[in-house]
Amino acid sequence: MTAPALDVDALLDDRDVRILVCCGSGGVGKTTTAAALAVRAAERGRDVVVLTIDPARRLAQSMGLSELDNSPRAVEGVDTSAGGSLQAMMLDMKRTFDEIVLDHSDPVRAKQILENPFYQSLSSSMAGTQEYMAMEKLGQLRRTDQWDLIVVDTPPSRSALDFLDAPKRLGSFLDGRVIKILAAPAKAGSRGMFKVVSAGFNIVTSVVTKVIGAQLLKDVAAFIAALDTMFGGFRERADATYKLLKNPETRFLVVAAPEPDALREASYFVERLSDERMPLAGLVLNRVHRSTAGALTASRSLAAAEDLEADGDGSAGQTVAAGLLRLHADRMNLIAREERLTGRFTGAHPGVAIGAVQALAGDVHDLDALRAIGGDLAFAP
Amino acid sequence: MPTASRASSPWAGVELHVVTGKGGTGKTTVAAALAMALAAEGGRTLLVEVEGRGGLSQLFDTPPLPYAEKRIAVAPNGGEVYALPIDPEEALLEYLEMFYKLGRAGRGLRRLGFIDFVTTIAPGLRDVLLTGKAYEAVGPRRGGRPEYDAVVMDAPPTGRIAQFLNINTEVAGLAKGGPVHSQAESIMRLIRSPRTAVHFVTVLEEMPVQETLDGIAEISGLGLPVGAVLVNMVRKPALAPDDLAAARAGNLDRDAIGAALRKVGVAAEDPLLDALFSEASEHAERVALETVERADLVATGHPVLELPALVEGIDLGALYDLAGLLREQGVRRGKESS
Repeated sequence: MTAPALDVDALLDDRDVRILVCCGSGGVGKTTTAAALAVRAAERGRDVVVLTIDPARRLAQSMGLSELDNSPRAVEGVDTSAGGSLQAMMLDMKRTFDEIVLDHSDPVRAKQILENPFYQSLSSSMAGTQEYMAMEKLGQLRRTDQWDLIVVDTPPSRSALDFLDAPKRLGSFLDGRVIKILAAPAKAGSRGMFKVVSAGFNIVTSVVTKVIGAQLLKDVAAFIAALDTMFGGFRERADATYKLLKNPETRFLVVAAPEPDALREASYFVERLSDERMPLAGLVLNRVHRSTAGALTASRSLAAAEDLEADGDGSAGQTVAAGLLRLHADRMNLIAREERLTGRFTGAHPGVAIGAVQALAGDVHDLDALRAIGGDLAFAP
Repeated sequence: MPTASRASSPWAGVELHVVTGKGGTGKTTVAAALAMALAAEGGRTLLVEVEGRGGLSQLFDTPPLPYAEKRIAVAPNGGEVYALPIDPEEALLEYLEMFYKLGRAGRGLRRLGFIDFVTTIAPGLRDVLLTGKAYEAVGPRRGGRPEYDAVVMDAPPTGRIAQFLNINTEVAGLAKGGPVHSQAESIMRLIRSPRTAVHFVTVLEEMPVQETLDGIAEISGLGLPVGAVLVNMVRKPALAPDDLAAARAGNLDRDAIGAALRKVGVAAEDPLLDALFSEASEHAERVALETVERADLVATGHPVLELPALVEGIDLGALYDLAGLLREQGVRRGKESS
C-alpha cells in the first residue's frame, strides 16, 4: 500500500494555516524539522515564528539563538525576497510561568508566589510544566497576531501524547479537590464533603504529612491560596489552549524515524488526533535511506561481493569493489526494512500523507542545512 | 574495537547498574543485553524499568508485565533474567502499608487521587520510590523472594539522570525522619558506593555524544560512580582507511572498480558506479564523524564498549548476541577483585 505524498509547500503556502505543531517521540528530529519548515515557510513569503523547546546547541546557533531569553528574535540570513520573515525563540518554562504570575497579580502577591518554595519546584521541574508552558506560550504568541504562521516544536517527552495530556493533567491537579482539602486543613467544614472516607481521612492526612512533610504542605497551601485570588483556574487556561489546537487554522505534523518505537508512538498520536478531531497534515519520516541503484538488489550485490572475494586476484580495484557491493547490500536491506515498517504504518493509517527526509551524515549546523532538509521534504519522490 | 583496559573494572563487584542514554540510542536494549551478560556466569539478574513504557515486554516479546518480578529469559550456566516494571504509585502504597498498615484506607487513598497528588507535589518522592525498589532488590532478601546477583536499571534519559539519582536534593521536601526520608538516606549510600555504576548508552552522533559528555560530568560532579560508555549501533567501516579517504574525496578508481564489478557480472554502467560511489562517500563521511565522536568518548577515561548496528532489528536472539559481545569486551559480574 502506498501512502499519499505529503505536499509540504501547499501546507506552508496555505494562509489559512496559522499554527503548525510538530510532535513525535523523543530523538526523532522534531526540533530540526520544525526549524527547517519555519525557514522554508519564511522564504516562501510567510511571516513566521518558530517556538523551539530544547534545541541542540548547534541547531540553536544555526538560527542565531545564543541565549534562552523567552522572546522571539529575528533569524539572520533568511532570504526575505518573497516578503516573508523568520523569528525564533526557545521556551524558558520557568520564565513563562513567572510572567503569568506577574501579569495576573499585584506586585505583593506576585512576590509571595514567586518566592514560595513549592512554586519554585513546580515551575522548574514538575512533570508536565514544560508541556503546559509550551501551550501557554503558543497561546500568547497566537494572541499577539504578530505572525501569520507559528511553527511549534513539542517538549522531548518519551510519549508524543504527553504534549496533549500533560497540561490538562497539571491543570486538573492544581484545580483538583485533593489539593484544596490538603491546602486548607484549617477549614473545618471541608470534612463534610468526604463522609464516605471521613473515618480514614484524618489518618490519611497525617500519613501524607509524615511522608512529604508539614512544611511542603504549608507551602502548597500558601501557594494555592495566593493563586485562588489571582486568576481563573489552571484547568480553564489549559482548556482554552487545548481548544486552539482543535481550531481549523491548526495543523499537526507527526514526526518519526523509520524505527519500530518511533512509528508506534506516531501511530498512537495519529489515532489520538483523529479521536479528538484535531487536523493532521501528515507524517514526516526523518532519517530515511534511499539509493539510486535500487535495481541492484541486496542479495545480488552480496553474492557479487562474495564472488570477488573468493575468486578475485586481490587487486585494489577488486577489494574496493567488494566493499562497495557489501555497503550497497547493507543499504538495500536497510531500505527494505524501513519500507516494511513504513508500510505497516500506512496499512493501519492509509489516509495519512507521508513526507521523507534523507538520513544526513552529519548534524545540522547552519541555515543551509535547514534549507536542504526543507527542500528534501518538499521534493521527495 | 577499543575494549575496557583499565585497572578498575566498572563491572566487578557492582551490584546496581544504572543504564541511561539519550532517546533513540537503544538504552532499553542495551540494559537488557547487560542483564543477560551479567547472568551468563549463572546466577540471577533483575532488570528494572522505571518509566512505565512497557519497553521490556516488547523487547522480550511477552504480554505486558505485571508489577511483579517475573522471569523473562534464561542465560547460559543456569543464569536467569528477571524483570520488574516499577510503578511509583504501587511502590508508595507498599510503603504506606509496610509502615502504617493502612489496609483498605490505602485503596481509598488511591480512589481519591491522593497517591497521584503526593507523587506529583513531591516529584523527588517519585524518584525515591523508583530507586528504592531497585535498592531493595540489591543485597540479601527476606520473605522467600529471589535474591539477585546484580540489578540493572533501565533509567531515565541522560538529560534527567543526574536529577533522578541525586536523592539528597530530591528528598529535601520530604518529612525529616519520615519513613521515606530515612529510606532515601540508605539509597544514597548505595548509589554513592562502588557497588553502583552509572553507564551511558550513546550512538556515535554529535548530539547524543555531547549529552553523554555532559551527563558524565554531571554524574561525576555529584560524586556518583560513572561506569562504562556503551556505544550502540556501531557500523563497521566497509573500506580500508585509504579507500575511505578516496571515497570521501571522490578519487576512487572508476576503471579498476568497474572492471572488477563486470568480472562478477554486475553491469557497471556509469549511473550505477555513481550511485555506489555516492553511497561510499556518505559512508566515509559518517565513519570520519564517528571517529571524532569516538575520540571524545575515549578521552573521558571511562571504558568504552561497542555494540554493532543490527540491520534486522532487535529480537531475543539479537539480545543474546549483544550479551555475548558485551562479555567479550570484559563484562563480568565476578565479585572477586579484578
